[in-house]
Amino acid sequence: MSAVTSDAHGHDHHDHDHDHHMPTGWRRWMTATNHKDIGTLYLIFSFIMFLSGGVMALTIRAELFQPGLQIVHPEFFNQLTTMHGLVMVFGAIMPAFVGFANWMLPLMIGAPDMAFARMNNWSFWLLPPAAILLVGSFFVPGGASAAGWTLYAPLSLQMGMGMDMAIFAVHIMGASSIMGAINIVVTILNMRAPGMTLMKMPMFAWTWLITAYLLIAVMPVLAGAVTMLLTDRHFGTTFFNAAGGGDPVLYQHVFWFFGHPEVYIMILPAFGIVSQIIPAFARKPLFGYASMVYATASIAILSFVVWAHHMFTTGMPAVAQLSFMYMTMLIAVPTGVKVFNWIATMWKGSMTFETPMLFAVGFVFVFTMGGFTGLMLAIAPVDIQYQDTYFVVAHFHYVLVAGSLFALFAGTYYWLPKWTGHMYDEKLGKRHFWFSMISFNITFFPMHFLGLAGMPRRIPDYNQFFTDFNQIATIGAFGFGLSQVFFLYIVLKTYRGGPKAADKPWDGAEGLEWTVPSPAPFHTFEVPPKFEAPAGHGH
Amino acid sequence: MCVNFFAAFFAAVRKSALVKTTLAIVPSVAREITGLFISQLRRGRDQGVQDMKKAAVRAVPAVLAGLLAVAPALALDSQYNFQTPVTKVADDILGLHMSMFWICVAIFVAVFGVMFYSIWAHRKSKGAVAATFHESTAVEIAWTIIPVIILVVMAWPATKLVLAQKDTSAPDITIKATGYQWKWSYDYVQGEGQGISFYSTLSTPRAQIDRGEWKGDNYLLEVDNPVYVPVGKKVRVLLTAQDVIHAWWVPAFGVKQDAIPGVVRDTWFRAEKEGVYRGNCVELCGKDHGFMPIVVHVVSPEAYAAWVAGKMKPAAAPAVAAAS
Repeated sequence: MSAVTSDAHGHDHHDHDHDHHMPTGWRRWMTATNHKDIGTLYLIFSFIMFLSGGVMALTIRAELFQPGLQIVHPEFFNQLTTMHGLVMVFGAIMPAFVGFANWMLPLMIGAPDMAFARMNNWSFWLLPPAAILLVGSFFVPGGASAAGWTLYAPLSLQMGMGMDMAIFAVHIMGASSIMGAINIVVTILNMRAPGMTLMKMPMFAWTWLITAYLLIAVMPVLAGAVTMLLTDRHFGTTFFNAAGGGDPVLYQHVFWFFGHPEVYIMILPAFGIVSQIIPAFARKPLFGYASMVYATASIAILSFVVWAHHMFTTGMPAVAQLSFMYMTMLIAVPTGVKVFNWIATMWKGSMTFETPMLFAVGFVFVFTMGGFTGLMLAIAPVDIQYQDTYFVVAHFHYVLVAGSLFALFAGTYYWLPKWTGHMYDEKLGKRHFWFSMISFNITFFPMHFLGLAGMPRRIPDYNQFFTDFNQIATIGAFGFGLSQVFFLYIVLKTYRGGPKAADKPWDGAEGLEWTVPSPAPFHTFEVPPKFEAPAGHGH
Repeated sequence: MCVNFFAAFFAAVRKSALVKTTLAIVPSVAREITGLFISQLRRGRDQGVQDMKKAAVRAVPAVLAGLLAVAPALALDSQYNFQTPVTKVADDILGLHMSMFWICVAIFVAVFGVMFYSIWAHRKSKGAVAATFHESTAVEIAWTIIPVIILVVMAWPATKLVLAQKDTSAPDITIKATGYQWKWSYDYVQGEGQGISFYSTLSTPRAQIDRGEWKGDNYLLEVDNPVYVPVGKKVRVLLTAQDVIHAWWVPAFGVKQDAIPGVVRDTWFRAEKEGVYRGNCVELCGKDHGFMPIVVHVVSPEAYAAWVAGKMKPAAAPAVAAAS
């Protein structure tokens, strides 16, 4: 997607590009060490995975269109729900944010590239083999893992070799994430432009710095959990088998100790993107920069002490239920601060609503609805009714699709002019927003009702009592899927042509990324730029 | 309680009519949207814009009618909310759920009222000039402290309810439920009926599931051997499993507990109304996870005694036969 020019035209400092050998053709991508090329690779990869996971989701929705089994068998249905989750979490959302980090962090902090350029290449090129293992597992005897994306033991111990492939894929993607995270931490801490102190960094850099620490902390925990699964499956250990002195619930504790910070790994960078975009289109500095940083850090720290709220029905002692409930409720405070700050940023601004702003405001609106259901789910005694129903499915799609995904769309439209050198078609972009927003709500809002009325998640068939809302959801899902094909069309159209984008196409935008030409030349900031803090960043 | 108030208020709205309206509207709106989408792909851009305007005009009344149809239903039970509770715990859960819901609605209206007012008023096209403020310690402290207070208010009744849910002491009857792939077994281990033991398996014919045959009202929620319990008695349920983790859920009782192999966990209920209550396994347990329902008959003490006597007889019969 990057229309990279080899000549850094119109740049003040002397042009280094002719000195560098720039590979062409497939070598340029296989041996890529340039942060922009690697960012592009990440974004393309994550979009392919997004479409693959989407096809799985639509197959699920098609089966659920009416009661009875019509399209898939229950075994395959379980494989689809499992792989939809794994592919979307590890293949689509996480790599997409890493793609944004690669493209934008060096440009935003005034660094010439990521700190470890070759490790950067390695962390990307680990992903396609992992994806092949995941998707390929559908075609091995026994099919893909059907234990749910959480891979709960002992069910995951019963699976065929598809499970081993999923475990290996998780190992590889975990290694990739850890390397990517180390790279981001080192880049942000060491390579900022002179004068850019930590409290003057763009908010996207802050949220990614904190996210990267979360990744380094919890990806090894996930690797440990799935390794224990692997040895239970093949090497006679009994970590999760009570008959051998193990405990099935131990798996859930270890998994969710990873799993809850993981939730924030997928949403904190989204907070960062939205915190860049809202001030730009409100033409007003971000409200409460410092409290935004502290709120992000608080969310990250709290995320380590709330994991068992995913396990309220396992039969924990009352004291444990209460303590996890209180800690979880507490997360509402810093999250609320963020939402209030965004709205205060909009307040008395001079707003326009180009596509990035539409998606950012849509994010605030719909993500907050997911936040409300999150608060309801935090209440342990009531969660007894919600747990493992469609209410939960509705909740996490509100925060992950309308949250993370909408922020990714917002960021794409915001920085697409910088990436391609062309302006996207504003009318089409706005249409994409409205299609997505409406079809998203048609898909997922009825799921709240389904869950409350008693429909469990992960079932291929249901009583006809639930038919109405399932049909509405299925219709919405196909609309949402089509809207994303439309998005692909808009991006390709922008890549291939369109009005020339100015260096700074948004009049209210702040940041070093807008000081380089559009499209961003292959090499930028070979000489550190001069940084002046915009208003509202630090004091 | 607000639940009852709203239930009564909207009792006049017939549920079936409601669902029909909603169903009739949504596909038509969806058709408009998809039709527009296709036309956009086929035709030029300008034509597409006109189509969009037309479609928007056509869709607005439909969407409004849909919202009107759905909104009151939020407070009805059944299709939009929890099943009518028949235990005190389930009733308390519903009460807490509804008060959480209304608190969230209030915050939602307040926060997004401000946001949408700002979107309406502070736009460049209206000549708004951006202010330059970017912090206010007083405001920031206020919107940190106020949520904490709201949370404490929420946490208090929640804490009391957790303690009530966890109090499995002094049961009248204890039943051990064991999850299998893919059925339940029940052993009455204490109280009236002690010694009764049976398996409970889905009784919906496969033809209804696989071959589209006409489906009964209790499709996928019917079993060959339901659980019987007497009304008004405290029933403790011990949960375990044979193979993988299952979960035992009866929504009307407000009871959900994982059944974990190698571990025994417990929960309890005291059903206050006779009737048949249905639930599902709610922890993914493999291929037929969707096909292992739970059915509990809550009956009068006399009917329960009769059921116990009937269950004891076949167990005794083979022993007599063997002796003779």
